[in-house]
Amino acid sequence: MFNIASPLAGLLPGGESTRRLWHFHGGVHLPDEKELSNRTPVQGAAIPAQLVIPLQQHIGAPARPCVGVGDRVLKGQLIGEPQGYISAPVHASSSGIVRAIELREIPHPSGLSAPCVVIETDGEDAWAELPQPLADFAAEDPNRLRERIRMSGIVGMGGASFPSNVKLNPGKDQPIDTLVINGAECEPYITCDDLLMREQATDIVDGVRIMLHILGAGRCLVGIEDNKPEAAEAMCAAVAAAGVGDRVEVVVIPTLYPSGGEKQLIRILTGKEVPSHGIPAQVGIVCQNVGTACAVADAVLRGRPLIERYVTATGRGIAEPRNYRVRIGTPAADLVAASGGYTGELAKLVAGGPMMGFRLDTDAVPITKATNCILALTPAESPDPGEPLACIRCGRCAEVCPAQLLPQQMYWHARAKDLDKVQDYNLFDCIECGCCAHVCPSHIPLVQYYRYAKTESWAREKEKRAAEHARERHAAREARLERQERERQAKLRKQKELAAAKKKVGDAGADDKKAAIEAARKRAAAKRAAAGKAAGAEGVQADAAAKPAADAGPGATNQPDVAPKPPASSTGDTSGTGAPRAPAANDAKAHAAETADEARA
Amino acid sequence: MDRGFISSPHSARINRVDWVMLQVCLALVPGTLALAWFFGWGVLINMGLAAVFAVAAEFLVLKLRGRPALPAIRDYSAVVTALLFALTVPPTLPWWLTLLGILFAIVIVKQLYGGIGYNPFNPAMAGYVFLLISYPVAVTSWLPPDVPALLDARDLTTLSFLDSARLIFTGALPPAQTWDAITAATPLDEMRTMLDQGATIDVIRQSPLWGAFGGHGWEWVSGGFLLGGLYLLWRRVITWHIPVAMLAGLAVMAAIFWGIDPQTHPSPAFHLFAGGAMLGAFFIATDPVTACTTKRGQLIYGVAIGALIFVIRAWGGYPDAVAFSVLLLNIAAPTIDQYTQPRVFGHKRANG
Repeated sequence: MFNIASPLAGLLPGGESTRRLWHFHGGVHLPDEKELSNRTPVQGAAIPAQLVIPLQQHIGAPARPCVGVGDRVLKGQLIGEPQGYISAPVHASSSGIVRAIELREIPHPSGLSAPCVVIETDGEDAWAELPQPLADFAAEDPNRLRERIRMSGIVGMGGASFPSNVKLNPGKDQPIDTLVINGAECEPYITCDDLLMREQATDIVDGVRIMLHILGAGRCLVGIEDNKPEAAEAMCAAVAAAGVGDRVEVVVIPTLYPSGGEKQLIRILTGKEVPSHGIPAQVGIVCQNVGTACAVADAVLRGRPLIERYVTATGRGIAEPRNYRVRIGTPAADLVAASGGYTGELAKLVAGGPMMGFRLDTDAVPITKATNCILALTPAESPDPGEPLACIRCGRCAEVCPAQLLPQQMYWHARAKDLDKVQDYNLFDCIECGCCAHVCPSHIPLVQYYRYAKTESWAREKEKRAAEHARERHAAREARLERQERERQAKLRKQKELAAAKKKVGDAGADDKKAAIEAARKRAAAKRAAAGKAAGAEGVQADAAAKPAADAGPGATNQPDVAPKPPASSTGDTSGTGAPRAPAANDAKAHAAETADEARA
Repeated sequence: MDRGFISSPHSARINRVDWVMLQVCLALVPGTLALAWFFGWGVLINMGLAAVFAVAAEFLVLKLRGRPALPAIRDYSAVVTALLFALTVPPTLPWWLTLLGILFAIVIVKQLYGGIGYNPFNPAMAGYVFLLISYPVAVTSWLPPDVPALLDARDLTTLSFLDSARLIFTGALPPAQTWDAITAATPLDEMRTMLDQGATIDVIRQSPLWGAFGGHGWEWVSGGFLLGGLYLLWRRVITWHIPVAMLAGLAVMAAIFWGIDPQTHPSPAFHLFAGGAMLGAFFIATDPVTACTTKRGQLIYGVAIGALIFVIRAWGGYPDAVAFSVLLLNIAAPTIDQYTQPRVFGHKRANG
């Protein structure tokens, strides 16, 4: 727990403080490459001819489209409704006509397509009717503000894109004392938060005040790395101007990747560790990105939904790197073109930063709420690391791991596909920051191994749950069949006993019958005299004959239920024993057999 | 999966195995120069021979294993093994013993376990110990340091380049010379023999063999390796944990017994500078493949090696003990690692 002396600490006016800072384990110093793009002011990107707005730009359930093809939509109009609590709406970012609602390529690590609303813009950029500004937010009920934030489609803009209203609603059992605002922007190249802080510091501070009110938190710490002195200065000035210096503190922290990781930043600023598998609210903290704070101010004070964001277009593969204010849904290619196009050979086009961003196969993907950077790397900036060599266990990876994991041990086990072992080494505490792979002398794609191990573990967990479910159903079915069989046997036994008893009675009763028949005959003979009485006697006889058949009834209908048991139970067993690779088809079969069985029963 | 990077990071890598190995070679220069200065050309001839043998052996085995040989040769790990091996054997060692030691180190200890990264034992030390046990005389026949006072006092001569080459390649001594005229005990050997004969340190130190605290010449060699070690620390090829822990372990043990009786136990400085402690601390024990990887584990590993060196030097059957101690702790390294895992961020307790 060293007190890292910040070179800028105390030099800045306003809310700047010389507070004690903590540090996290490891981390790497990277060439920050920020001067490439942070010297030019932000430029508004032109309205593209076509906006492609993905219906899912957040963690949670995708939005459901609420406009039809051919509809005219206005800027800020709701085009996708949230489905469920953890979801977010999407809005049109300019006016125009909906041309299609279809699968389009989106910026996603999988490279897969996803449903998008395609809007042909009309260039008018006409605003829809916006909800009333809630200028006096301090007098508003936090729930109303949260609802406004939710319906404005605000999600975490640092990259995780988790719905902000959910994060701002930690519940009564988790009182929040500190709001942490993440302005660290620790990834190299990216400068959109830097520029946002320089140009819209007042809005960010407004957003901070709104969020403090919603959370009922006493203080806010704004963490900014010391390679962004202009941003820190602007923030300090805005804090001072708003007169909230007593509650909001701008803290300049040393530049060290990954200080901008949520858990790392909380540690640096407060010394608290977010528990493993936990959330910051458990230690009384909520962390939001500066972009999110700005969007919150826009939504609450101006009624504007989240339809644009700052995006850095940078890398030496782009002629004029700079930042843009971009409408969500603008193709990345437009930003590249506005920056003078590509300079030559590209090694990689990346969405996000060089450390945690993912590779794009094409620039024909839209900017989403989570896209902070379009990075065109030249072969010199992103050289081919070559064939990985054997791990020499040098331990550099463990030295730089901010989660203090043992990356090389995890690598050995991930490579051996020993998923239990990788999890023993706390695989799921890995934040995939890439420090380990960055320093690995053998150029092993370590993060890739961890992602693989995580995905496999999730798949296995899912399979296990499915198998467990199938096993439970199978056991329940077996129990039911057994019970039915028992009941049937019991019934049969009862019936036999009854029959035996009847037989005994029958021997004695035969005379009675004969007598009855005799009597009937007599009556028949006398029928001509009295016809109505004979019918009554025959009715009693018919009842007696029908009774045994009715008793056998339920047992007989049970019979086919028992018969198909072997095939159904054999598939059930396969999945029930939890065979590791039990394919889903098997479970489905078991399920189908089970359902059919249920139907029959 | 192994073919290149699909996922992040996309940045340029800042570290390379061959760079690490070359740094180690570079760091060996001062110690090697001191060794060659005091013990003649044989040192350099042995290093060259060992390097050639090692690369050839590595190449052949990889061919036999059907693995690409070039990337493995290019990482210079075989060269580092060869140099470290050659620095531990006497400059008079016949070429075929160098070959035997290298073959054992590269083929059996390194490649049979899977090559670089997979070997549980330090190949150079295993090769050295193999020779030490099999050919104890040849491996302990050290030359006297080229210190005039010492040579005169003991009537010894040094070897020219040709003498050294002839001795190594043909086993022929220089004309009209005997083994006794060209060899001398190492300081550790001398100290041990004299102590066994009941001499006190004051008496032992009358001999012209001694320098300020180690042996003449040997101190400079150790100093050279110390300098190289500091270079490795500066370039962040190694961390301080293992060398500091190992030297501290050795020094503390030595200090305790020296404090009890300075006439029967040499000083900590002697232990640090007289034998292979410096080379061992910075170059051998820090071999990443075979050492502990957790920081706490490295401290335990280092201290244990240092303490074991003292124990073997003081009461064991061999005058020096770096190789044995390192090999013993190599076996223990995985277990130490298992029980010294760091506490992961956000966890209450450490694993293990």
